[in-house]
Amino acid sequence: MVAPNISVTESPLMLYLLRRADDALILGHRLSEWCGHAPMLEEEMALANMGLDLIGQARELYSYAAAAENAGHDEDDLAYLRDERQYRNLLLVEQPNGDFARTMVRQLFYSAFADPFWRAMMASKDETLSAIAAKSEKESAYHLRHASEWVIRLGDGTAESKRRAQAAVDDLWAFTGELFHVDAADRGLIASGVAIDPEGLRAVFTSTVSGVLQAATLTKPSNDWMQKGGRAGHHSEHLGHLLSELQWMQRTYPGATW
Amino acid sequence: MTTPTIQLWEVFIRSRNGLAHRHVGSLHATDATMALQAARDVYTRRGEGLSIWVVPSSAIVASDPADKDMMFEPAMSKIYRHPTFYEVPEEVGHM
Repeated sequence: MVAPNISVTESPLMLYLLRRADDALILGHRLSEWCGHAPMLEEEMALANMGLDLIGQARELYSYAAAAENAGHDEDDLAYLRDERQYRNLLLVEQPNGDFARTMVRQLFYSAFADPFWRAMMASKDETLSAIAAKSEKESAYHLRHASEWVIRLGDGTAESKRRAQAAVDDLWAFTGELFHVDAADRGLIASGVAIDPEGLRAVFTSTVSGVLQAATLTKPSNDWMQKGGRAGHHSEHLGHLLSELQWMQRTYPGATW
Repeated sequence: MTTPTIQLWEVFIRSRNGLAHRHVGSLHATDATMALQAARDVYTRRGEGLSIWVVPSSAIVASDPADKDMMFEPAMSKIYRHPTFYEVPEEVGHM
């Protein structure tokens, strides 16, 4: 017997929480795929630690979302029993790991937004979100530091590492626009001080990323057309495969515990 | 063609209620910044510490175990070097 999809009532707050929770879960899952395959033992630990940080953030956000929805769902239901089109994560985080340079560039782009985002969210009028932000900010500060140092060393490294790092920047740049996605559901929350306007983070994001790319002797693509759709549940083909792995146990053995 | 090996570093951590950095192990890293981050990731996962020192292993000079007798035996039988023979007067109290 296979566990069926749950249906979720998406109030603006619920949608806001699911978007951040899905970001954290999918990126955390991607990082967990490096387990046993990292280029060196120290990075094995670093990637796993970052993945665990993100999954921890996902748990807190899903738990709050389940409570806010008040429909008898818990964090596990939200994480494991929604289908692809119900996921609201950024397209950026579902992109495959690729090589180590690609993983670090993806992390740089994500964390260069997540760090100032959580710092700003510490001032949210919503107490639970503010508390989650205070904890997450310290974690994302480290993720940004770690990814930045690696991108600098890979970009300003050997011919091969530079080629790979530049290819990653060229391929992933188009997914950074979605970080600043805002829609009608968000505007109410922004007006009430629960959420923040991501546009206010654009300057610090751009300066952080530009600084790192410059030190890494890498160039930003000149084409500034941006991918979008993740926030609305329109995903790349990668998410389906990822979810089939992530959700397999819960779907096949519903309610299993150990 | 040989690839250069990544430098080995020794890691010392001072715990939350400790006074001195203790040696906890070693790791490989390309430079000091990455060595500090690696030490944080590998050796402080369980709240072990508040402060990290990393030192290139090549900077550590160690005494030769074969010289143990010459270096350390003579001090064993010189009890006059220990501050245990002075009687503290009662009026002084606890020192």
